Amino acid sequence: MKFKNKLKKLPGSWYFLGAIIFIYLLLSIFSKEIYLNSLNFFGQIIYKIIPIFIMVFVLMSLSNYFITPEFVIKHLKEKGIKKWFYVILGGIISSGPIYMWYPLLADLKNKGLNYGLIACFLYNRAIKIPLLPLAIIYFSWQYIIILTLVMVAISIIQGILINKIMEVK
Amino acid sequence: MKQSMTKAAKGLWNAFPMILGTILLISLISAIVPKSFYTTLFSKNILIDSIIGSSVGSISAGNPITSYIFGGEMLNQGIGLLAVTAFLVAWVTVGIIQLPAESTILGKKFAILRNITAFILSIIVAIVTVLILGVIA
Repeated sequence: MKFKNKLKKLPGSWYFLGAIIFIYLLLSIFSKEIYLNSLNFFGQIIYKIIPIFIMVFVLMSLSNYFITPEFVIKHLKEKGIKKWFYVILGGIISSGPIYMWYPLLADLKNKGLNYGLIACFLYNRAIKIPLLPLAIIYFSWQYIIILTLVMVAISIIQGILINKIMEVK
Repeated sequence: MKQSMTKAAKGLWNAFPMILGTILLISLISAIVPKSFYTTLFSKNILIDSIIGSSVGSISAGNPITSYIFGGEMLNQGIGLLAVTAFLVAWVTVGIIQLPAESTILGKKFAILRNITAFILSIIVAIVTVLILGVIA
């Protein structure tokens, strides 16, 4: 009975993880090749994201220490393009998989960062400065520069759009 | 500072099952979907290909390096730059696979709205980029 109650209290995200692990268990029985390939890929991702995870933890700790709701209100709620500039810059210089940043953004949201700025940050995470040389090799430098500038402009439009829509209840 | 670190650890622990589940799901899809699948989807119709490009990019996951390689291969196969651009942009801005994690942590309405607008905007980014490139080049 106690175990059942504990299970009921578990957040939905644990059921999601449980379901995925169950699929892996089935694959380990019925399709060893896919199972091993998936695990191999999983290992590669985990290996890559451990340093990012540590970085996110450090940034979250620093953010908890220095970025108080008052700080966010002061720097990101001020009028003008300054706040957008900081968010765009933050999105571009941040690294690692997008989902690693959700907890930090949720934390900043609780401190007063609006949805539009969060969307703008996430959009700009698509711009990877270290990968630009590779992109230029595959395409052309003109194409990559134009694409990057258009994406930055569109990220602001998306942010404004999301703020407008989220305001409508 | 200790309090700040505890708070950060708690925040990450809350996100842990969703992050781990998402990585496992991405790994599974990468193992199941062959790379050649992406290049067989396009019809060489500019508009339809842009929508297909955005759709495929939206459900794909992985490092942007992979998207550049796919994008380069698509161009070599004769697929238009508009479709390839839509694919590249959607790959990095729309996250269907990450949607459960994003919904749980940042809110369902925001996550759905952000992904829908990112999908539509990926087509707009592609059109604007190719138009500007056409004028400049």
